[in-house]
Amino acid sequence: MPAQPQTGQPGPIAGRLSADALAENFADLHPPLSAHEARVAADRCYFCHDAPCVTACPTEIDIPLFIREIQGGRPETAAREIFEANILGGMCARVCPTEVLCEGACVREAAEGKPVEIGLLQRHATDSLMARQGHPFTRAPRTGKRVAVVGAGPAGLACAHRLARHGHDVVIHEGAPKPGGLNEYGIAAYKSVDDFAAREAAWIMGIGGIELRHGQWLGREVTLDALREDYDAVFLGIGLGDVNALGLEGPEVEGMHDAVTFISALRQADDLASLPIGRDVVVIGGGMTAIDCAVQAKGLGAESVTLVYRRSRSKMGASGFEQDLAARRGVRLIFEAAPVAVEGEGRLSAVVFERMAEGPGGLLATGERFTLPADQMFRAVGQRLGDASGLKTVQGKVVTQGSGRTTMDKVWAGGDCAAGGDDLTVTAVAQGRDAAEDIHSTLTG
Amino acid sequence: MADLTTRFLGIESPNPFWLASAPPTDKEYNVRRAFEAGWGGVVWKTLGAEGPPVVNVNGPRYGVVHGADRRVLGLNNIELITDRDLETNLEEMARVKADYPDRALIASIMVPCEEAAWKAILPRVAETNADGIELNFGCPHGMSERGMGSAVGQVPEYIEMVARWCKQYYDRPVIVKLTPNITDIRKPAEAARRGGADAVSLINTINSITAVDLDRMAPEPTIDGKGSHGGYCGPAVKPIALSMVSEIARAEATRGMPISGIGGITTWRDAAEFMVLGAGNVQVCTAAMTYGFRIVEELCAGLSDWMDEKGYRSTADFVGKAVPNVTDWKNLNLNYVAKARIDQDLCIKCGRCYAACEDTSHQAIAMTPDRVFEVIDAECVACNLCVDVCPVENCIEMVPMEAGRVDPRTGRVVSPDHADWTTHPNNPMAQAAE
Repeated sequence: MPAQPQTGQPGPIAGRLSADALAENFADLHPPLSAHEARVAADRCYFCHDAPCVTACPTEIDIPLFIREIQGGRPETAAREIFEANILGGMCARVCPTEVLCEGACVREAAEGKPVEIGLLQRHATDSLMARQGHPFTRAPRTGKRVAVVGAGPAGLACAHRLARHGHDVVIHEGAPKPGGLNEYGIAAYKSVDDFAAREAAWIMGIGGIELRHGQWLGREVTLDALREDYDAVFLGIGLGDVNALGLEGPEVEGMHDAVTFISALRQADDLASLPIGRDVVVIGGGMTAIDCAVQAKGLGAESVTLVYRRSRSKMGASGFEQDLAARRGVRLIFEAAPVAVEGEGRLSAVVFERMAEGPGGLLATGERFTLPADQMFRAVGQRLGDASGLKTVQGKVVTQGSGRTTMDKVWAGGDCAAGGDDLTVTAVAQGRDAAEDIHSTLTG
Repeated sequence: MADLTTRFLGIESPNPFWLASAPPTDKEYNVRRAFEAGWGGVVWKTLGAEGPPVVNVNGPRYGVVHGADRRVLGLNNIELITDRDLETNLEEMARVKADYPDRALIASIMVPCEEAAWKAILPRVAETNADGIELNFGCPHGMSERGMGSAVGQVPEYIEMVARWCKQYYDRPVIVKLTPNITDIRKPAEAARRGGADAVSLINTINSITAVDLDRMAPEPTIDGKGSHGGYCGPAVKPIALSMVSEIARAEATRGMPISGIGGITTWRDAAEFMVLGAGNVQVCTAAMTYGFRIVEELCAGLSDWMDEKGYRSTADFVGKAVPNVTDWKNLNLNYVAKARIDQDLCIKCGRCYAACEDTSHQAIAMTPDRVFEVIDAECVACNLCVDVCPVENCIEMVPMEAGRVDPRTGRVVSPDHADWTTHPNNPMAQAAE
């Protein structure tokens, strides 16, 4: 149970909760399995023929095989199997919405509603291997080819690792001070405890042949034209840099923030007690980011946190597990309502919503309004590509075909910035890996 | 509630569940607790000859085979017979028997294969008022190196000889405990009968090494870097024991000889299976060593409920009931034809039946792109592997074909008549049907 707020002062103010309460609220969401628990959990796997869980995994990890290797008492062998397909298997074990991927496809989910705990088993295996010294893969002989990877998020890291394995020299151009992308800056702290995103990025680069340059934002410190000039190939894994706007009526007030900024600040904070949080928090949006924001706002000690989504529950981007998590942690979920105005004098005091209805022609405003008191509001209504650097886009994302080829020669793209994905870490990894294979074939073909 | 009272060799006990000769029955303290818990009888842990008792190792005595959740599937031991003084054991046995006259108390004995040794100990045991004796010709470790235990049980002539001495110098029932570490279990049983023994009990433990420590390169349990084979028991050995019990129950030379069934009995069902294959009662050890004495409550309650359900009023009503259905392979009906059938509503589409059949059997299961698994009758030999590997109960069944229909695999009409190997044209030894 999350600890209760100790102060009812309006805010945002820092230090609403004790250090103990904060530690409890931000503890590992899925504590790791012990070796014995892993053996028991692994024993439930049926080692299906042509297993549906593998089909459901965007990176097609051989799940029955790695689980069998855990059964055999070799979690490190299992981890190699996982990393062969997905070098970010450690993070994916923590953040994948397994209920709609591997575990959702598990035959035991169909049979008894209790799938094999694939996510936790994957974490057990990957943790075991990563806890050892050294990197499990070695590079092929150097090819002399140089590839630029823009962005050190899941797609970029997966691409860089695979290219380095094939013997190419890789330079990652990253704007932020740390690698990891959304793993480092964009997901809830309780999903990546103990600095896992940074440790994982460092471990991935342990293969060698990857140079990481910080402070290199595309379109500012580095341009696509220059990269195409300087390298044999370019991979863009730049994510979605800009946040969608809401366009609300009312005065300019303090207390309105982007959820991604809030999460990023929280993830980088040395002391969670130093973060100001409102007493009555409103979060707008229905995706994973909205949930991560709402649950963490509650975790910091907000008295009331209300997540408002304009469509119905079934349309929500966040998985059922995430919705339940939010409800369990005390977040109120309101569906089919959209913000129309803010109130306040200098500071935000309330948000006005209008009830929406799903009609055949789309979402309709009903005209019925209600007001929620709010001293802080977070927007989590989607992100969009910033500068497309001259690449063809569709719906604000880079158009690709095949294994991430863009319309521009020598340029590949993958991850959230590429059209056609699903904004999942695991999909970004698959796209980065597959683009690397395609780049490799192109450079050595 | 059914009456579980069982008479075995004239020895009455309130239920057919005895604790086998083993650590649980090594001393008064344990046996009193066992009787308080409800056990029908005990076979007191094996007594040795008078004089300084044997000694045990001071390192681990047991090795184990675990299931995934550390369920004990098999246990092995290198413990010897009682390492307590004979006098102490005899005094305790007499006291316990006096206090629990309604429970069976059997003395297990292992002394050197010399008439004088048996002649010396038997009157002492008789003084305790024990209900009978069990001759330990089974232990495969330690004592066998000294010419006792299974070293005797592996030589039918010795069994016969010792059994005869015992019947000569002791006037109560004599049970011979058999070792499974032989090629044909019927031979020692026949020898016991020839020697005049009243019953056999089986199986004793099986020669085994449960595991090897791959770092120390030593078998487990490991004592200071070395290991020795031990005696294997527990649920894993039950199928071997069931088969051996049934062999003695149905063999002409031993038919009708009372059998005390031993080997991996853990639940009432295990016990019932031993008894319908001919065991008049059963002995339990590993299950008690794993879970404690209280398991006897489940054994009694489960057996009693089953008896009520089936209308059996005493254990004698069902002892041996399945023996007539144990036969030689050559007598099995070759005209019986079955085909696997998969219940699509129960199928969870794991594909294990497909992998097993496709890779290791008869390629008799087809898989569609959307993971529907169907049996190909023209290939199915009804081997049952799919049923065995299917994780869903009753999802795959073996359905017998009606007589008169054509088996699509062989193209032959299924006959209603029995026909077996003894009359099969491919059998060079076939006898013409009369």
